[in-house]
Amino acid sequence: MADTATIESTVRHVLPPLPYATTALDPVVSANTIGFHYGKHHKGYVDTLNKLIVGTQYADLTLEKIIIATVDKADEVAIFNNAAQAWNHSFYWRSLRPKGGGEPPAALQHRIEASFGTLDACRKELATAATTQFGSGWAWLVLDAGELKVVKTGNAETPLTKGMKPLLTIDVWEHAYYLDHQNRRADYVNAVLDKLINWGFAAENLD
Amino acid sequence: MTTQTYPFELPPLPFAPDALEPHFDARTMSIHHDEHHRVYVERLNAALKDHPGLHGRTIENLLRNLNRIPSDIRPAVRNNGGGHLNHSLFWSLIAAPSQRAPAGPLLDALTDSFGSLESFRIKFREAAVGHFASGWVFLVADARKHALEVLALPDHHCVLATHQTVLLVCDVWEHAYYLKHQNKRADYVDCWWQVANWQRAARRFGRPVEAAA
Ligand SMILES: [Fe+2]
Ligand SMILES: [Fe+2]
Repeated sequence: MADTATIESTVRHVLPPLPYATTALDPVVSANTIGFHYGKHHKGYVDTLNKLIVGTQYADLTLEKIIIATVDKADEVAIFNNAAQAWNHSFYWRSLRPKGGGEPPAALQHRIEASFGTLDACRKELATAATTQFGSGWAWLVLDAGELKVVKTGNAETPLTKGMKPLLTIDVWEHAYYLDHQNRRADYVNAVLDKLINWGFAAENLD
Repeated sequence: MTTQTYPFELPPLPFAPDALEPHFDARTMSIHHDEHHRVYVERLNAALKDHPGLHGRTIENLLRNLNRIPSDIRPAVRNNGGGHLNHSLFWSLIAAPSQRAPAGPLLDALTDSFGSLESFRIKFREAAVGHFASGWVFLVADARKHALEVLALPDHHCVLATHQTVLLVCDVWEHAYYLKHQNKRADYVDCWWQVANWQRAARRFGRPVEAAA
């Protein structure tokens, strides 16, 4: 009984509900992919994190604080990886939506034009970052010192630890696209930008 | 030690794509070799194309001397050259499971270094399952330590030290197993164990350490 109580009182991080049906992003991201990606990978990061932080100085911190506190600490690699992956995936699901793509809300459109010239130039930078990130990783639209920028990060790394404010992200780990597109990462990235990217979510993050 | 130089060529698979069924499925094998490995070779050649001074170098020589590669093509040579070298090793060190289990000096060395063949299997499996994100796990013979070691390396990093010889290697990039096993990397590693090419590993173990390129 004591063990159960201990576990319950320290399990703090929860897998957030998927913001749409598992079939909503089909065919670019199929229900089959979401089943594994959300139901196994994302859930796995959250569950593993909850186990790793029991009894540590991180047990009562928010996800963001754990990420900031453990980045680049050799002894805390596992906690960082699982915390950052839990955060990145929650952010990724909200960066997509059914019937996405198209034009950003006006306020974001103006910021994009100020930083990239055109929406098309911004999309191209995102596509290039997403297709050239070598190995596992992420492509991001971020706010950095008042400017919109595109950055890429490897493995679990996140712009949160570099003083940047993430606006949206595309997961380019192979598990994100392999069942639907196999080695053709560019097909996945371009289809995400055309059909799924959630500019409204990026606009909300600007505020 | 390989002898090939620019332009590098995609080595043919040493068996039919379905030869390792049911452990390795034909579809994964085909995409893995015909698409992933082919693209690494093409991108390596593209990076080297305008650098004739590098055209006489073997892949090991290029990768061992990355600091002398022009910085604008260095990431491309490291990533695609490493992908080419590791995948070439990977194909040559798997085979249909009629292969005998290790015996003789290699089994003795495994026992000396890990306690038993089963302890080695568990250690290799833990390294392969536990490696975070993309990478490779190797069984290496270390001539200085007179011992065998399990090494896990990220992305397409390679075993390049001249006193180390790769005996076995397992690709743990998700593309190596996702179509068949999805998130269950441990199941893939167990399948890999069934096709580990012990005959080739024993031959590599028995030969002298590679000379520096
Ligand atoms: Fe992912
Ligand atoms: Fe591979």
